[in-house]
Amino acid sequence: MAGEPSGADKNRRDFLYIATGAMATAGTAVALWPFIHQMNPAADVLALASIEVDLSGVPVGQAITVRWRGKPVFIRHRTPDEIAEAQKVDVGTLRDPQADSARVQKPEWLVMVGVCTHLGCIPLGQKDTDPHGEFDGWFCPCHGSQYDSSGRIRKGPAPQNLEVPQYAFIDANRIRIG
Amino acid sequence: MSGSTQPSGGPTKGVLGWIEFRLPIFSFLNSSVGYAYPAPKNLSYWWNFGSLAGVALVIQILTGIVLAMHYIPTAAEAFGSVERIMRDVNYGWLLRYMHANGASMFFAVVYLHIFRGLYYGSYKYPRELLWWIGLVIFILMIATAFMGYVLPWGQMSFWAATVITNLFSAIPLVGTAIVTWFWGDFSVGDALLRRLFSLHYLLPFVIAAMAIIHLWALHQHKSNNPLGIDMKGPQDQLSFHPYYTAKDLFGLGIYLIIFAALVFYVPNSLSEPVNYVPANPLQTPPHIVPEWYLLPFYAILRAVPDKLGGVIAMAGALVVLFAVPWLDTSKVRSARFRPIFKWLFWVFVVDAIVLGIVGAHPPGGAYVPIGQIATAYYFLHFLVLMPVIGKLESPLPLPDSIATAVLAKGKR
Repeated sequence: MAGEPSGADKNRRDFLYIATGAMATAGTAVALWPFIHQMNPAADVLALASIEVDLSGVPVGQAITVRWRGKPVFIRHRTPDEIAEAQKVDVGTLRDPQADSARVQKPEWLVMVGVCTHLGCIPLGQKDTDPHGEFDGWFCPCHGSQYDSSGRIRKGPAPQNLEVPQYAFIDANRIRIG
Repeated sequence: MSGSTQPSGGPTKGVLGWIEFRLPIFSFLNSSVGYAYPAPKNLSYWWNFGSLAGVALVIQILTGIVLAMHYIPTAAEAFGSVERIMRDVNYGWLLRYMHANGASMFFAVVYLHIFRGLYYGSYKYPRELLWWIGLVIFILMIATAFMGYVLPWGQMSFWAATVITNLFSAIPLVGTAIVTWFWGDFSVGDALLRRLFSLHYLLPFVIAAMAIIHLWALHQHKSNNPLGIDMKGPQDQLSFHPYYTAKDLFGLGIYLIIFAALVFYVPNSLSEPVNYVPANPLQTPPHIVPEWYLLPFYAILRAVPDKLGGVIAMAGALVVLFAVPWLDTSKVRSARFRPIFKWLFWVFVVDAIVLGIVGAHPPGGAYVPIGQIATAYYFLHFLVLMPVIGKLESPLPLPDSIATAVLAKGKR
């Protein structure tokens, strides 16, 4: 450049540099978004995000596993003993305090995502012959997390209770999950 | 190369001269790996592992490119396509066994390369950036190996993908959103498999680019050596070719013998049999373990009885390596002249092996406290012992030059 720019000219230059730089940065950031957002669940994946389940074939004391959003959902027809056990626990002593009543819509039906909140393994306990842990619920074989008859974390590394998905009773024997 | 090659320049006559005038590639090769690249004259076989890592990378890329011609990255067909490679594709079994065992060989030589650097202080001034670039390559290797392991879509593939991607759910507030973003779904499935395949194909070329930058930084200050003192003149040097090209080729021969023994005689010895069971999203295998080369880090993850804490410890085990050039307060590079550090190095090696053994076993009984002690020692070594011993220890006298040390050894 020929010679030092005068004071006013210098300020003008600075302004142009900063404005151009800011515009380029903002433009790049905006252009980056499609490249990031393309990795989020696509429209067809989101469209498949709800299912209906018929509960009439599940006797008391039995459980079924259905697949929702690629994950297992545990649906357990709880016995009166299990319900009583889940309700009498002192909520204050729990790692992730939650009353049993906040986890069920009807006490006899426990519906929750069967994915351990530690690192995503599937806990055992759906079958009678499975280990149920010390709390009459579910036991994760990966790192030893134990859940009670309300699916709440009681022992082991998992930080949270088994997730209760959004669901609604369509009629007495059918629910829609999602 | 032709007789017209000068020790320092390129060819000037003929076809090679014509090319050299337009693209000085011959003089570049000569000054990079030829007569004109000086290396310390006392390099031991511990200095073979860099070139072996380069060879391992090339083998992985070549076998990977041809495997990708047959592999199908969908949840429905991935497992079957790998079995088809094993049974029906001509020499598919050989290519896949080379690729799977090649990954183990790659990690083996890179671990030896890293431990060599730790023993001889290769990370110290002026090679700190060289060390950093090497660590970036190592982290890229871990990512690439994990992604490749997912592709066969067996039980271990699937659950490794589940557990590893779930590590990010430990991040407060945004963890779940990040994991959903990784997955492109609400669980591990097709979307994740396809993006991992895409990245598994990309990252080796990023590693290759980083390896070239690694060599660029290496050539700036040349190789360290077992004495850890600088080259002071021609009397301390040998030309890379033919001395170290020959030495590297000899090492390569040994490497290929071991590699062939693995591939042809015990190709499944380092892998988990349960990965020959197709992925089942509704059933977790009773015991999940990573491949052998990631076991120490897995042990560190499990040593901390808290989800976020475990993830931080595992990441910290890698991050702390970046600080090593400054954590080591000793001015002396080579452990050969460091009477206390020399032993601490070997204790650290044992610690790393113990972590590997702990990582391979289910977390129960004595493995829990042993894993926790070994994890604590891992960090103690870097964060406490390295800085403190560097100050306290009085190193042995260093030789005047590489040449005098080599000649004195020759006389004895």
